[in-house]
Amino acid sequence: MTLPIDQLIDPQRGIISREIFVSPEFHKEELEKLFTRAWLFVGHVSQIPKPGDFYTSRMGEESVILCRDSRGEVHVFLNSCRHRGMKVCRYEQGNTSLFVCPYHSWSYTTDGKLQGVPLYRSLYEGVLNREEWSLVEVPRLHIYKGTVWASWDPEAPDFLTYLGGAVDHLDQVLDCRDGRPGGSEVIGVHKWVLPTNWKFAAENFLGDTYHNPSHRSVDMIGIGPSGEKGARRDNEYAKGQHVWVSFPQGHGMHSVWMPEEFGYQTTYAQYPEVDEYFRHCFEERKRRQGVKARLMPFTGNLFPNTSYHGRQPRGLCVWHPHGPTETEAWRFFLVDADAPAAVKDVLRRFYMRYSGPAGMTEQDDMENWLYATQSSMGTIARRYPFNYQASMGAYKTNDPIPGDVSMQITDQTPRNYYRVYARYLKGDGWDSLLGRDVAPMQAAAE
Amino acid sequence: MSTIERLLLKQEIEDFLYLEADLLDGRKFRDWLDLLAEDLVYFMPIRRNVKFGQHDEKENTRQGEGISWFDEDKWTLTKRVEQVLTGVHYAEEPLSRVTHMVSNIRLLDVTPTEVTVGCRFLVYQNRVEYENYTFIGRRTDVLRRNGESWLIAKRELILEQNVLLAKNLSIFF
Ligand code: FES
Ligand SMILES: [Fe+2]
Repeated sequence: MTLPIDQLIDPQRGIISREIFVSPEFHKEELEKLFTRAWLFVGHVSQIPKPGDFYTSRMGEESVILCRDSRGEVHVFLNSCRHRGMKVCRYEQGNTSLFVCPYHSWSYTTDGKLQGVPLYRSLYEGVLNREEWSLVEVPRLHIYKGTVWASWDPEAPDFLTYLGGAVDHLDQVLDCRDGRPGGSEVIGVHKWVLPTNWKFAAENFLGDTYHNPSHRSVDMIGIGPSGEKGARRDNEYAKGQHVWVSFPQGHGMHSVWMPEEFGYQTTYAQYPEVDEYFRHCFEERKRRQGVKARLMPFTGNLFPNTSYHGRQPRGLCVWHPHGPTETEAWRFFLVDADAPAAVKDVLRRFYMRYSGPAGMTEQDDMENWLYATQSSMGTIARRYPFNYQASMGAYKTNDPIPGDVSMQITDQTPRNYYRVYARYLKGDGWDSLLGRDVAPMQAAAE
Repeated sequence: MSTIERLLLKQEIEDFLYLEADLLDGRKFRDWLDLLAEDLVYFMPIRRNVKFGQHDEKENTRQGEGISWFDEDKWTLTKRVEQVLTGVHYAEEPLSRVTHMVSNIRLLDVTPTEVTVGCRFLVYQNRVEYENYTFIGRRTDVLRRNGESWLIAKRELILEQNVLLAKNLSIFF
């Protein structure tokens, strides 16, 4: 099918059709052309620390098994038996030496090889070559600072090329609070379904700071880590320059570029011990990272559907399509694995009251996304496109940090995102998907 | 405790739980907060699909550890009430229509100061026009004697779902 993609998605003018948020055709094309190629977040190594550990995850609409084999190697398999398709593993997490299919009992080792085939001798001898019927495995897998990513496209560029300059921002999520690289662990996962198109959620995390008014209720009552005085978060960045950054691969985020001289702002004010811990981490991070420590995170979205919160709260959220107008969200909450227990406790409590379906902040997001989806489904509604014209052209390239950088609230991040999205749906090659034609920062870096 | 005393106590507890449901469904949220003890623990775990034999150990997330749907105290619930009362908490503005059903009530443990009560809950939420959610599960409450009435000191809500089949948990349970 050929969809009139350029007519419906016009980032140049900042006009994008509602069709991409409601139509079954777009949904189908996304599954075929986007989710089969892009790098997707699958899980975290802290969920599978030992040989034989597995965690059942998703890529797009399909179930996958993240597994550490008996030799310690990490794999991602499609969770569907090669015989007649039964879901091989219906446990969320565990440890095993074999995945035994409930249907006819074919069994697979933790590296995906078909091992047991009942009555092999009498039924299959000489015909079935076990080697050819392993679990379907992702051709591309990359572990970055504990996070596991995979792509179904053997031709996909390596993960770090795919990330491009967005890696500096992702690092702010994954690195220890005191600046040591990596070191996070997952302390829990929310899973829920919401009747909205997945892109409403993804684009919200591209740095839609403009939607702040919809969170007025939490700011009024103060649910932040400092209690009454903290609005919904601590204001750690009072002296920083807010930046909204886009990258040619489709990633976008809202971060903060702190001034050359900046000091610690009290956070977690109702817990002196936690405040002290973060003061220590702050100073250490500055000492370790130098000028790089000036970059601090708010939210971002790594193309296509992995969003993050960088500090308060801290985690990765994957917006899995679940039909054209339904999304299944999986949020992985992160802390530094070696943080003191008292710190972890304060963080997890804050995460729970902020995030997800029970979170006082995000409930209002869910309400917006549901009714934006529903009221875009009508025949008349679909004739009228959405507006993405905020801050047209108001950005500088590689100034003061890599990427296309806006110093004001902008729709540049979603304009850029949907420009890349359109390229996937047109089946472009990887040079185009990576934006090599529009990648000044890469050229500058090489 | 004699049988008659136990029956009377059970009747008293049932009345209390029905009164509580009335306050919530009647949107008297501040009055509802008055029924909560200052040291309240309000907990709803996330349920996981685990292998036979691992249910006790692994099926539910635990109070005091990691991430659950709710693992909070009276301060947080008070914030939730204040948020609804701002009139701009859009996930509850306009307010949902909610009915709390409580059944299968049993007294699990009785001490001079506290009673542990087991029950089932069925909470029906209808929102705006077409949004409908039914939350069903098991609940264990610890009620503390408070003069003529009771305070809720602990509430554990075992919701019978794995992936949450609702966009929000914006109501009180
Ligand atoms: S479907 Fe798995 S063994 Fe037949
Ligand atoms: Fe939001």
